[in-house]
Amino acid sequence: MTAIISQDLPTAGPPGVIGSGQDGGLREQVTGYIQRVRSGEMGALPAVAGFVVLCVLFTTLSPYFFTERNFANLMTQAATLVMLAMALVFVILLGEIDLSAGVTSGVAMSLFVVLSNPGGLAMNWVLALLISLATGVVIGLFIGFFVARVGIPSFVVTLGLFLGFQGLQLIIIGDGGLYRIQQPEIIAIQNSNLPVWGGWVMLALILTITLVTTLLDRRRRSRAGVASRTIALLWIRLAIIAVLGGVVVGLLSQNRGTGFLAVSGVPIVVPITLLVLWIGTFVLDRTKFGRYLYAVGGNPEAARRSGIKVVGIKWAAFVVCSTLAVISGVFSASKVGSVDAAFGRDIVLSGVAAAVVGGVSLFGGRGRLIHAAVGALVIAVITNGLGLLNLPGGVNFLVTGGVLILAATVDAVSRVRAGGSILRS
Amino acid sequence: MDAPIIELTDVKKSFGPVSVLKGVSLKVYPGKITALVGDNGAGKSTLIKGLAGVQPYDEGEVKFQGVPVALHNPREAAHLGIEVVYQDLALCDNLDIVQNMFLGREDIELGTFDEGKMERAASETLQSLSVRTVKSVRQKVSSLSGGQRQTVAIARSVLKSAKVVILDEPTAALGVAQTEQVLALVKRLAERGVGVLMISHNLVDVFQVADYINVLYLGQMVASVETSRTTSDDVVGYITGSKTYIEVSA
Repeated sequence: MTAIISQDLPTAGPPGVIGSGQDGGLREQVTGYIQRVRSGEMGALPAVAGFVVLCVLFTTLSPYFFTERNFANLMTQAATLVMLAMALVFVILLGEIDLSAGVTSGVAMSLFVVLSNPGGLAMNWVLALLISLATGVVIGLFIGFFVARVGIPSFVVTLGLFLGFQGLQLIIIGDGGLYRIQQPEIIAIQNSNLPVWGGWVMLALILTITLVTTLLDRRRRSRAGVASRTIALLWIRLAIIAVLGGVVVGLLSQNRGTGFLAVSGVPIVVPITLLVLWIGTFVLDRTKFGRYLYAVGGNPEAARRSGIKVVGIKWAAFVVCSTLAVISGVFSASKVGSVDAAFGRDIVLSGVAAAVVGGVSLFGGRGRLIHAAVGALVIAVITNGLGLLNLPGGVNFLVTGGVLILAATVDAVSRVRAGGSILRS
Repeated sequence: MDAPIIELTDVKKSFGPVSVLKGVSLKVYPGKITALVGDNGAGKSTLIKGLAGVQPYDEGEVKFQGVPVALHNPREAAHLGIEVVYQDLALCDNLDIVQNMFLGREDIELGTFDEGKMERAASETLQSLSVRTVKSVRQKVSSLSGGQRQTVAIARSVLKSAKVVILDEPTAALGVAQTEQVLALVKRLAERGVGVLMISHNLVDVFQVADYINVLYLGQMVASVETSRTTSDDVVGYITGSKTYIEVSA
């Protein structure tokens, strides 16, 4: 028996000591990462690679692609999808789906325009916005009741709402109605920019927050007496953020106006999206709600036996999803400049596609917000790039669909090659 | 000999007209491994579900450390220090070992996880059980073998400082080497002073580790013997109903 056990002695470190994957120098960390990727835990890696390849491709094909103007344009085009994909992650992690996320934003924004427009009820726009967000909360509670409490599959519940809410939207807006967004503050989200110094302050803030949280984590870990990852990784990460962020902010700080008016700075929608991304990631990684979301998505029975209130977690996830979906609606309304009866109808499946392209598993339990965000960028860059090439609209859909299937195939093949199964985790 | 940590006296449980436990008595001693064997439908699962507080008994007395207690729900059982390691393991594949071991009772500081503290406790617990097959406590459970999973599930109950650990078929579906590892772990668990109640179909395993063997037959405890004073043949006889304890001991 001893012989059997000694065969399985750990290869790294002295015998009997169990590692944490955080020990060792830079070399060990890098080989550890490569091992994880090889065993199928690729995360957003394929999506990032896809994004880079697409950018290079479009840059060579179109002189307009790699310009400051198109860069800013791409960000504002992508913002709505990024936000919606991040919203969907919360329910997809549970292995659920919310097909009504798009029309939820439609209902909320219809309410917003009817309540706030001078031609309508002329309500204070902040109040109207809060009511829209509250509408998202209520819709989330409603979906959560049927899915978590009654036990109907979320596909069915949200499919029902997808159909029903189109009607509700039509009733709120009125037949063939279209309201222009008249609040300059809402329009500004997608159409105005931070001052040039604001972009640099934003980048400095990101670097500071990364530095401070990592250092706090390290202090906490060393107080507990366990190893932290080598500090070199922190410097590398900061360097990457500084360089990439520097290039982006630098480009956006150039004048990209075409007329007399100078246009420069980071679009306001960017810091809002980054803030939601940061808060959401913080909640998912470091709080009980986030951990339990992954646990319920991985094995609901195990979660229940561990004393986790599965119904409550599911319910909360749908509320978060619907509420963030309303924010994506605000982005969309700001970009389009108007809300009509079809607002938000078509985007939801793109949101699901974005999450999957980014590496979020539809079976639940696997994926991060940043994955969905990168996936959304990939889909947005396809639309943007093909648009610049003046290809017919049909090509866009074909390419997007192809990329989705390609992403799912890469994921599945890497798992099978690593000896895992296609299904589940 | 120590006093029993758990003592069941004449517990009964029926589902409608079907009487599953017809007055069962059982003792579990601290630091000892008590095996519970019996054929399918003998009432083993019902007996442990009662101890886990999942399905309370209808009648009978449950004493914990000599004091009568009521077990109405899983929380009361957990509060006393009774942990059940279920057959289907109840681990989340997508989480790592530390996350699984602390699931539902994470260490929190300032509203966020104290990962370092949890990692250390998990790693120390595994080491105290002389677990050597696990490379890193940050491995995903999906990457573990069946034996390693069982190890994590058992270590989880140790981390909760359980006084009684009930193992439901701990070696079912394991290979030969892994079975040996898990049985060694069960022994170390008992050496720590934990009262172990092990349900098993595998008599070889039972005779290898158990101090006492209890046999359920159609809802009745037909034999409670020390392992050293019985044979595999006799136990098979009790399980199938072809022998009775009184016959054999006479």
